[in-house]
Amino acid sequence: MAETRYTKDHEYIRIEGETGTVGISDYAQGQLGDVVFVELPEIGKALSKGGEAAVVESVKAASEVYAPVSGEVVEVNSELEAAPGTVNEDPAGKGWFLKIKLKDAAELESLMSEAEYQDYVKSL
Amino acid sequence: MLNRQGRPTQAGAASHEDHATFTGNKALQQVEPLIFEIGRTETTGVDIEQPAPFKSRLGSHARQSELGLPGLSEPEAMRHYVRLSQKNYGIDTGLFPLGSCTMKHNARLNEKMARLPGFSDVHPLQPLSTVPGALELMLELARYLMTLTGMPAVALSPKAGAHGEACGMMAIKAAIAAKGEGATRNVVLVPESAHGTNPATAALIGFSVKSVPARPDGTVAVEDVKALLGPDIAAIMLTNPNTCGIFEPQIVEIAAAMHEAGAYFYCDGANFNAIVGKARPGDLGVDAMHINLHKTFSTPHGGGGPGAGPVVLSERLAPFAPVPFIHVEDGKPHLIETRAEAPEGNQPFGRMTAFHGQMGMYVRALAYMLSHGSDGMKQASEDAVLNANYIRAGLADLMSLPFPDHPSMHEALFDDSWLKGTGVSTLDFAKAMIDEGYHPMTVYFPLVVHGAMLIEPTESESKAALDLFIATLRDLAMAAKGNDKERFTGAPHHAPIRRLDETRAARQPVLKWTEAQPVKDAAE
Amino acid sequence: MRYLPLTEADREDMLARIGVSDIDALFSDVPADKLLKAPVDLPRARGELEVERILGRMAGRNTAAASVPFFCGAGAYKHHVPATVDHLIQRSEFLTSYTPYQPEIAQGTLQYLFEFQTQVAALTGMEVANASMYDGSTGTGEAVLMAHRVTRRSKAVLSGGLHPHYVEVVKTLSEMANDEVVALAPDVSASEDILSQIDDQTSCVVVQSPDVFGNLRDLKPIAEKAHAHGALLIAVFTEVVSLGAVVPPGAQDADIVVGEGQSIGNALNFGGPYVGLFAAKSKYIRQMPGRLCGETVDSTGQRGFVLTLSTREQHIRRDKATSNICTNSGLCVLAFTIHMTLLGQAGLTRLAEVNHANAVKLADALAGVKGVSVLNETFFNEFTVKLARPAAEVVEALAQKGILAGVPVSRLLPKAGLDDLLLVASTEVNSDDDRAAFVAALAEVL
Repeated sequence: MAETRYTKDHEYIRIEGETGTVGISDYAQGQLGDVVFVELPEIGKALSKGGEAAVVESVKAASEVYAPVSGEVVEVNSELEAAPGTVNEDPAGKGWFLKIKLKDAAELESLMSEAEYQDYVKSL
Repeated sequence: MLNRQGRPTQAGAASHEDHATFTGNKALQQVEPLIFEIGRTETTGVDIEQPAPFKSRLGSHARQSELGLPGLSEPEAMRHYVRLSQKNYGIDTGLFPLGSCTMKHNARLNEKMARLPGFSDVHPLQPLSTVPGALELMLELARYLMTLTGMPAVALSPKAGAHGEACGMMAIKAAIAAKGEGATRNVVLVPESAHGTNPATAALIGFSVKSVPARPDGTVAVEDVKALLGPDIAAIMLTNPNTCGIFEPQIVEIAAAMHEAGAYFYCDGANFNAIVGKARPGDLGVDAMHINLHKTFSTPHGGGGPGAGPVVLSERLAPFAPVPFIHVEDGKPHLIETRAEAPEGNQPFGRMTAFHGQMGMYVRALAYMLSHGSDGMKQASEDAVLNANYIRAGLADLMSLPFPDHPSMHEALFDDSWLKGTGVSTLDFAKAMIDEGYHPMTVYFPLVVHGAMLIEPTESESKAALDLFIATLRDLAMAAKGNDKERFTGAPHHAPIRRLDETRAARQPVLKWTEAQPVKDAAE
Repeated sequence: MRYLPLTEADREDMLARIGVSDIDALFSDVPADKLLKAPVDLPRARGELEVERILGRMAGRNTAAASVPFFCGAGAYKHHVPATVDHLIQRSEFLTSYTPYQPEIAQGTLQYLFEFQTQVAALTGMEVANASMYDGSTGTGEAVLMAHRVTRRSKAVLSGGLHPHYVEVVKTLSEMANDEVVALAPDVSASEDILSQIDDQTSCVVVQSPDVFGNLRDLKPIAEKAHAHGALLIAVFTEVVSLGAVVPPGAQDADIVVGEGQSIGNALNFGGPYVGLFAAKSKYIRQMPGRLCGETVDSTGQRGFVLTLSTREQHIRRDKATSNICTNSGLCVLAFTIHMTLLGQAGLTRLAEVNHANAVKLADALAGVKGVSVLNETFFNEFTVKLARPAAEVVEALAQKGILAGVPVSRLLPKAGLDDLLLVASTEVNSDDDRAAFVAALAEVL
C-alpha cells in the first residue's frame, strides 16, 4: 500500500518501495492558479532534500518545487510539457512531476502524514 | 412644429443593451485587423525610383527567397495606426496613477526640441568638430543631474533604469576588484520590497543576492543591515523613497554602516521624483544611483520605452565610469570613447552600449529641467508628494493602509485586507477602474504587501481631477463592500476588449502572425 | 509654472485636509539636516521661448546630416523616413502610454508589438522575435548570455568583423560575469579562420554580416561547425535595410539573430534612442530576454494580445530572470513597424536595391581617385577604402569643406594600425551631386 507524505512547501511524495513519486498538492495547485509551464530535471540528477527539483509556472508566478527527500531522479513526467494543465486537473494522479530513487528512507519521517498535512492546510 | 426634415429632436430612450453591429465596430471603436490581413506584398506606401542598371557587388549573397511582408498605401497605413492608437490609454487620456512609474505630463516642447535637426539628424561618429553643440548639451545635462543629486560624476550612456543599475553595479564591482577584494566580496543585499530589476541586475553581473527583511512599518532598519554585513558583502541596493512610498528614515545610518564595512550603497532612483530639489542623494551617502529620465524628467514612456538611465557616481566610483564620457581639460570638452584613450586616473570598467547613449532623451530631459528651473522642480516634487497624501487622506477610512505610521512620499500604498470577504480581488478592483475611465494603479507590487495597490498621481493632476478620482474610488470601494459585485466580476465592461485569457497565451504561445492553414480534406 | 495645475489656495486646502501645517511635515522622514531649505543652485523657471532659444543655439552648433553630402555609417545610417511615421508616433495614445500591463486598454501597443515581432521574424528568416531590446549592441550582449543559458557553457567566440563597440559591450558583460570571450583580431578582408576557434567548450560564435568593414559573410559553414560542437551561431547585423537584398541569417541556420533596427523609422539622434531587433529559433523562447507579445482571446472570444511568458522576466523571476531588461524601445518599435508597413516587401526590396546601387556607384568613383583603393570584394551599402593619408585627417579636412566623408576606422579602433582605413556608406539619401562633390574634394585633400 502506497503511503503519501507532505512537506510544508506543499510537495507530496508517494512511496512505492524504493522510489517515490513527487508532485504538488491539490492545495498548492489551487493557490498557483492555471499552470502554464513545468520545468523538469534531467534523469539521473542527484537531488538533496530541500533542494530545487523542478519549477512550476503560472501566468504571473514561478515557483520552485523542492525535493521532499534526497535521491536520484529516475523518471520525469514529460507529458506535462505539452499539457501543463494536468497539474491543475489531477495533481495527485496524472499531474505528478518526477520519481526519485530514495537515498535515505529515514528522511521521510520528518514529513507530514496525510492527516497532518490536511490540518496544516486548514491552519493557513 | 418646424421640423420639416423629419429629424427627431429628442434623444432616444437610453438602453444598456449591447447592440450588435454588422461590422463589429462600436462607433469610434473600430475592429482593426493585422497588417498581414489587409496588406499586400505588391503594395507600397513609399515611392522610390528604380536605379539604373548596375553591376551587383553582393556576390553569392543575394536574397533568393521572398520576404513575405505586406505593404500598405499611405492612407491605409495612416488609418490602421490611428485606429490602433484609439485602443490605448495614455497620460493625455486621463489620470494614470501607476505607482513606481511616474506618469507625469509630457510637454510637447520637449518633443519639438528633440527633433531639431542639430540633435536628431546628427551621426554619433561624425567628426567631433561638427558636433560641439551635442557635447555642450550632454555637459549641461550632466551639470543639472550632478547638482540635483549632489554627486560629483555621472555616466550618461545607460539606456534605461535597469541598464543604469547594471552600470552602477559594474562600477562597484570594478572598484572592489581594484582593491583586490574581487574574489571575496560577491554578495549584494536587496530588500524584499525591491524592484525585480535589482536582484536581476546583481545576478546578471555575477553577484549572489541576499535578502534584507522589511520591518512591519515598511522600512529597512540599520540593525537588520548590520547583522548581514561582513567581508563578503559588496553592496546594498536600496530604493529611496522605497517601493512602499516611504522615505527610508535610517538611510544615512545604513549608508554609513555599508561604508564602514568596506561596501557600497547603490540607490535605485526610480522614485527620485519625490525628492528632487528637496534632498540630495549625495548628502545621504549614496555611491551610485540611476535616474530614470523617462520618469523623473518626463521623457515619454512611449508604450514601454525608450528610456534613459544615467547613473550618478560618488568620488570613490567616478574613476571607474564606462566609456564614452566627456573629459573637460583647459575648459575644453574631450569625448573619451575607448579605454585606451582614458586620461590619467581613470580606469573605465568598459562600455555599456554602442555610441553615446540616449541623446534624444537627453534633449527632452534638459528641456524639462530648463523649463522648470530649480524652483519649479522643487515645487513639482512637493506637489507630487502633496497629491499622493491627499489621495491617501481621502481613502484611508475605506481602504487599508499597511504602513500608516509614515507619511507617504509621491505614492500611496494600500493593501487588500479591506477587501477580505467581499469576493472582490485587487485585480477586479483595478479592472473596474478601467470602466470608470482611469488607468489602474500598480497592482500586486511591492511583493511585501498582500494584494498591493500603489497609487502615484504625480504633480500633473489638478485638485479637481484628484477630487473626482477620490470620489470614484470611494464609490467603487463602497460597491465592493456592499453587494454590487457586477461592477467587478468580468470588468472591464466598457474597454475595447474584455479580460484576456493569459493562460492560453502562455500555454500555447502564438508570437507572430501565420497564414491560416487550409483545412485538410476530411477524406485524407 | 505652466506644467503644475495646483494653485496656492489648492495647496493650502489640501494640506488642511491631510491634517498637516506645511509641506515639510510630509517630508518628516528625511533627516532634518538633509532637507534642503532653498532651491538648488540652478537657474529659475523659464518660458517656452527662452528654452527654445537655449536649445536652438546648441543644436545650431552641430552639422546636421541632411545639410551636407553625408557618408557616415558604422552602425548608424542616414535614411529617409516618411513624414507619416513621425506624425503617428506622436499621437498621444502612443507617446504617453506605458508598458501594456493592462491589456484591455493597451491593445494599440500590443497589436503593433505583435506586428513588429512578425515583421522581424520574416526579415531575419527566424521563427520568433521579441518586442525589442535597447539597441543592437546591448542585444548582442544579451544574445551571448542567452547562448550561455542554452548551452550551459560560458565561452563566446567573437568574429573580428563584429562592430568594435559591440565587442566592447560583450566583453564588459562577460568580464563582470566571469565568462570567457575570445575576440578575434579586426578582420578587414573577411579572411579570418573562425572555424578553428570553435571547440566543445564554445557556447556561441558571434558573426556580423554585412560586417563592420562592409563585407558580406557566408554564415552557413560557421553554423555547421558550431552545431557540430553543440554551440550556437549568433548572427548580427547593424544595417537592417540589407535584409531586403541579402540572404537572411535564418536561411543560414543561425540560432539567434540580433540587429540594429535604427535604419527603419528612426533618426540618427547622435546614437540613441535606437531599437534592437532580437530573433531566435522557437525552441529557445524560454531563454529569450525581453518582452514577448502573444495572441489570445478575451472572455467573449474576441482576438486580443497580451504580454506573455513573463515568468522569464525580472519582475517575476528576480535574480533568476533571463535578463534585467524592463523598459525597452517601445516607441522606436512603433516607428520601425510603421515605416516597414509603408515599405512592405516591394518597398524594402527597392530601397535595398537603391542603397546597393548608390554604394556601388560611389565605390567605383572612389576607386578612380589617386591614393584610394576599395578593399571589399562584396558589400551592401558600406565599404572600406584605404587612403594614402590617415583617414581621421582626411575626414577632418573634408568636414572643413562641408562634406561628412565617413567614419575613420581609428575612431573605433585607435592604435590598431588601421589609421589609413575609412568606412564609407552611401544610402538612398545621396544624390549624384553628393557623390561628385565627395570624389572631387577627396582628390583635392589627398
